[in-house]
Amino acid sequence: MKVSYFPGCTLNTKGKGFDRSVREALAALGVELEELPDWNCCGASFPLLVDNVLDLAGPARVLVAASAQGDKLATACTTCYNVLKRTNRVIRLDRERRERLNYFIEADYQGQVEVMDVLQILRDEVGFEEVKAKVQKSLSGLKVACYYGCMVLRPPAEVAYDDPENPHALDELMASLGAEPVLWGGKVECCGNYLVAIKPELAMEMSYRIISSAYRAGAEVLVTNCPLCQFNLDRWQRDLVVKKGGFRPLPVLYFTQLLAIALGLDPTRYELEKHYVDPKPLLKAKGLLDQEVG
Amino acid sequence: MVIGAGIAGIQAALDIANAGYEVVVVERLPSIGGHMLQLSETFPTLDCSQCILTPRTVEVGRHEKIKLYTYSEVESLEGEVGNFRVRIRRYPSYVNWDICTGCGVCQEKCPKRVISTDFERGIGKRKAIYTLSPQAVPNKPVIDPENCLYFTQGKCRVCERFCPVGAIDYNQKERIFEEEVGAVIVATGYELLPLTELGEYGAGTIPDVIDSLAFERLLSASGPTAGKILRPSDGKEPKVVVFVQCAGSRDPERHMPYCSKICCMYTAKHAMLYRHRVHDGQAIIFYIDIRSAGKGYEEFIHRAVTEDRVLYIRGKVARLYQEDGKVVVRGVDTLSGRQVEIAADLVVLAVAMVPRPETRALAEKLGLRLDEHGFLEEEDRNFAPLESGRPGIFLAGAGTGPKDIPETVSQASGAAGKVLSLFSQWG
Repeated sequence: MKVSYFPGCTLNTKGKGFDRSVREALAALGVELEELPDWNCCGASFPLLVDNVLDLAGPARVLVAASAQGDKLATACTTCYNVLKRTNRVIRLDRERRERLNYFIEADYQGQVEVMDVLQILRDEVGFEEVKAKVQKSLSGLKVACYYGCMVLRPPAEVAYDDPENPHALDELMASLGAEPVLWGGKVECCGNYLVAIKPELAMEMSYRIISSAYRAGAEVLVTNCPLCQFNLDRWQRDLVVKKGGFRPLPVLYFTQLLAIALGLDPTRYELEKHYVDPKPLLKAKGLLDQEVG
Repeated sequence: MVIGAGIAGIQAALDIANAGYEVVVVERLPSIGGHMLQLSETFPTLDCSQCILTPRTVEVGRHEKIKLYTYSEVESLEGEVGNFRVRIRRYPSYVNWDICTGCGVCQEKCPKRVISTDFERGIGKRKAIYTLSPQAVPNKPVIDPENCLYFTQGKCRVCERFCPVGAIDYNQKERIFEEEVGAVIVATGYELLPLTELGEYGAGTIPDVIDSLAFERLLSASGPTAGKILRPSDGKEPKVVVFVQCAGSRDPERHMPYCSKICCMYTAKHAMLYRHRVHDGQAIIFYIDIRSAGKGYEEFIHRAVTEDRVLYIRGKVARLYQEDGKVVVRGVDTLSGRQVEIAADLVVLAVAMVPRPETRALAEKLGLRLDEHGFLEEEDRNFAPLESGRPGIFLAGAGTGPKDIPETVSQASGAAGKVLSLFSQWG
């Protein structure tokens, strides 16, 4: 199966380990991700904050390019998913804005592309049963806390492909890889990412609550689908070990890194060394990574 | 014909039968009584629900003018007012009720225990051959073929061996009965919003988060814990119980936009009865508003606060999750403007009253209208609240929307009066 793919800026720069694990894990599952040619920024979350229709030209241009290549567009970055999905919805439902956009970017696009998150593709197109059948290295004995980025769940009516209050797709995927998802209270708590610039101490506190809640539930690793959450939850732990007595750091991994490892791919390709909290000792202890890897 | 034998159907059937007319009662479950039989005590008088209801269920069971079809559903209805022809489908109970004496030996000997998800709300157990309650009317058991060892594995037959009168009949089939009736009262009642719909409250995965009917079973002297308040996860007595009102009601974005009407009152009753049973326990209620319009209702709420020291917090609960053997309740106190977090031992959700799932199919068979939520629609909400819009078919009870017991009973008597006035015109 071939699906158009929009990596987005994060996966093209800081999230290379995420990008590479997405491409290689999906290839191992028979999904060929075909990168859009000459893609541009999705616009991040800003174009949806205002009414100005021309701010949507960026994401609309991405959707037009995708429509020339197929009927589905996959993205792994949760923000890109949110922006592209919602822009597409505006194009589908709002005739006036659709016409103005088409006029401006010289296209004739009606919103026919289906924007899908990679996790959604794994669930609906590949199927977790199929994933389970292809597991080479079971993650058995690994206790994971699944953490869902808000961008794939909110606003529910526009973007959610899972229960926005109690999402479970990631938990099911991890279970199909043999891991043990823990029951915990933090899976949809806000990580505080948007407060980093204006109220850093509050953002740190929010991350602290999430990580310690996962730890108390018995998790050995936090798994997420969102690059912003990943960075935020991972990065704050450098400060938390100093500022919070008794704080126990937890590695924060992308779900596709674990998926790739379970599918028997080479873990050293996914930038494990770039995480602030080193996940390698845990992976080695679980027999998922060779002892020799530095 | 009365469809549904909860308190509404029972009241209507008795009123009509006592006026001298023949009544056919059709009930989906194996025995009559409806939700009221699951309740511990009723507000605001704290009467024992079973004690005031069972004389009526027994009267229905024995009334010479009432013909009871339990474990049955209406298959079709033809004709018009004064001359309806009804087909009734009766499900196989695998027990010949004509000769069964209701001795209960089969239930005692049956080796298969299953969790009673219906009557005991998942808290208690029953056997694969069972009656809904010890006071069941009719007091005749049914076999549940999904769990019976004979039906699933082809062996066992213990009930057959022990039945002193040879009433077990594994080959019983569905039967269709026909009746002719002059008028119909639809009293099919309500269901509760399933916990699985409430993702923010754990979607039914947290054992110590239960719904209000399950709490009624915990409070009931004849319930699975014999009236002791013991939480499901470890059987311990909970010392901090949080009650969440409007769980799925008054929530137009995610759930039901309407008010379920009875929850303020029964939650006050729950907290009160909990405090009577567990003297050192703390009862905390989250509420949006207190709606206690009714005779003696506001006084009842006042009593919960002043005499029983129930703590009311005005605000919604945003999230429930399990941690360290407790249920963490995160909510807001809108009067102080602060977030609150409580580690509770047990959480009781006053979930929304919703239409029964079977109502849609029944309405289609009877040619009745439904409202936007799937409740039965009255002919006119002001002046014809008991009429269905189809002549000769009347409505009573919570099938048209949330109602408490007094209002349900009033409606049932009203609908019975409508039927009797019709009959009196025909002489």
